[in-house]
Amino acid sequence: MKKLFYIFIVILFKFNVAHSLIEVDITRGNLDPLPIAVSPLHVDNQSENYQDVKIKELGDLISSVIEKNFLSTGLFNPLNKDAFVQKPDIAHLKPRFEDWRLITAQALVTGKLLVKDDKLKVEFRLWDLAASQEMVALAFTTTPSNWRRVAHIISDKIYERLTGETGYFDTRIIYVSETGPKTQRVKKLAIMDQDGANTKYLTLGNELVLTPRFNPTNQLVTYMSYFRNLPRVYLLDIETGIQEVVGNFPGMTFAPRFSPDGKKIIMSFAKDGNSDIYTMDLETRLVEKITEDSSIDTSPSFSPDGKYICFNSDRSGLQQIYTMRADGTNVKRVSFGSGIYGTPVWSPRGDLIAFTKMRAGKFYIGVMRSDGTGERLLTENYYQEAPSWSPNGRLLVFYRETKSGKDGSGFTAKLWSIDITGYNEREVKTETDASDPSWSSLLSK
Amino acid sequence: MTKSLIYSLSFHAAMILLTVLSLPFMIREPVDLPPIISVELIQISSKTNIPYAPKARKVIEKVKEEEEKRVVSEQAPPAAKAKEKPDRIPLPKKQDEKKELIKKKQNPKEVKPEIRQASEFEKKEIIDTNQIAALIDKAKEESAKVKKNDKKLTQSSTKNSFAKGLTLSEEDALRAQIFGCWTVPLGLPYDVDLLVRIKLELKQDGTISRSEILDHERMNRPGQKFYKVLAESALRAVRICQPLRVPQTGYDKWKTIQLNFNPTEMLKG
Repeated sequence: MKKLFYIFIVILFKFNVAHSLIEVDITRGNLDPLPIAVSPLHVDNQSENYQDVKIKELGDLISSVIEKNFLSTGLFNPLNKDAFVQKPDIAHLKPRFEDWRLITAQALVTGKLLVKDDKLKVEFRLWDLAASQEMVALAFTTTPSNWRRVAHIISDKIYERLTGETGYFDTRIIYVSETGPKTQRVKKLAIMDQDGANTKYLTLGNELVLTPRFNPTNQLVTYMSYFRNLPRVYLLDIETGIQEVVGNFPGMTFAPRFSPDGKKIIMSFAKDGNSDIYTMDLETRLVEKITEDSSIDTSPSFSPDGKYICFNSDRSGLQQIYTMRADGTNVKRVSFGSGIYGTPVWSPRGDLIAFTKMRAGKFYIGVMRSDGTGERLLTENYYQEAPSWSPNGRLLVFYRETKSGKDGSGFTAKLWSIDITGYNEREVKTETDASDPSWSSLLSK
Repeated sequence: MTKSLIYSLSFHAAMILLTVLSLPFMIREPVDLPPIISVELIQISSKTNIPYAPKARKVIEKVKEEEEKRVVSEQAPPAAKAKEKPDRIPLPKKQDEKKELIKKKQNPKEVKPEIRQASEFEKKEIIDTNQIAALIDKAKEESAKVKKNDKKLTQSSTKNSFAKGLTLSEEDALRAQIFGCWTVPLGLPYDVDLLVRIKLELKQDGTISRSEILDHERMNRPGQKFYKVLAESALRAVRICQPLRVPQTGYDKWKTIQLNFNPTEMLKG
């Protein structure tokens, strides 16, 4: 019996030894941009001509739009095409992985397109070169003139597959286009793709326009305009161009913005000399007062679930950021740093609030958690404000003005973007000077 | 009937008693070893013969000179030196005893003759083997402390220490190699478990013969898209890195290895 017991113990010990596995913890990696090869899309020989679209060049054009998108993220490093060793048609069928690995690529994008019967059919594949396998393969059909959108959608799919978060390439930015000298600026509403292409002007420039904002479906835009020196809030249908006056509001009116369900507009305006926050139901046109305070409350923005509102108030003496429930209860101050805070905007992810901060004569764009903790200033400049979130909550677009002479010379206003790490800051190219940007949600959801 | 009931009861009682007596022995907790306490040997300088230090120095220098003159084999055991030490340090002379007496007046406590006396100077010049031992002990204790801290941070250090398949430097080399290859995806949530465990079967040259994501079920769960991306990035890192930096010996110990990827600390900064 004793012997049996000892044998059992010995077996148990041996079993344990046999299964003791070496484990190594890897808690750090690198944040270098991922090397990616974007092969030009192969144009099918059966493709037909379509209006003024250069079909033969379309494969190169689509791949270069994808490359530019990736480069702008700071997360990818598109490799030089001169180093590519396989032709696009062969690479799309079956890439020679070892050849692509030689040029240090970790991922490969291949594709082909066909234009037939006035339809553009594009298919693409994303390859994991380390694993020698396909990661995603999709095909799209659209009109050939829509090829840029196809490039953006492909970029979004690849971005999502490689980073785990939704993309933001198939989106638009609406902004106020500015031309002319500083003292006589002509301001028009303009809309463009997020990469600066396809700019369209939505107003003529005979009225002063301010703070355009998209609704959740990207179909409507609300903005402010001064008509005969009276502030009006407008609704504009982008597709049809039909404008509608939501209401005339007395005194100073600020920054109308849609609720997450698109049924209400939230804004601030002055009534009886006191500026408060109001909502307006777009169906019934009923206006509801949300804040009731003798201070100046402005710049309201809903949280993505619509349950909370962040806004700007000077009730503590200086402009600070506050949050409250959507019905105006449970008001909490969330910013406590030195300086003046303004233009708070709730992130689409719900975790952060972006803001403009003024301190010691400088303007900062920053983010903080929705409870006010973890404040981080991302960028500093002479004058910059009005941050607007990309739909995935990773980037902010804002505008920056330069210092001008007394006669207004040297003045410019440009759009810039920065990611929430603060490392990837870039100018967003626009045809004219630009201010008050607003980023749409994804067009293809 | 009653008898059998009594038998049964007594038998059961005996069994219960036996169990109570034997079980605590079987499931007894392992002996809780007391922590290692370092003992530093400190010579009490105030009670040493400081006045004789200059003389001692002269003697030591003389001894040193003599030693230098001697041809000493490189392989000579250092312990022999230690034996020489007490004989070569002269005992205080009678004249010196007077000074010692004056000192005794100031300090009523008597110095016991068996306490080994040495001047501060001597302490610096002569290597005390006891102190070396103490230093080694301290080093052991420090490394033990480091291991204890690691245990708090990671999940597998305990297993590592027992596995003994890789030395710490070998493990560090492997870790550093994979750090360089792993591009961490940025769209990861901060407040969820991000541990990806990959089991590798390696060839002797460090290349991978088989890889397996241990939590692969989670990759396809709804709402866990980020986990799939994370797991794939980890697997990609391992593949890019191969051949892995593994020791040239002990293949049986490291032919199967588990890598635990967790970027939480890195993302939180």
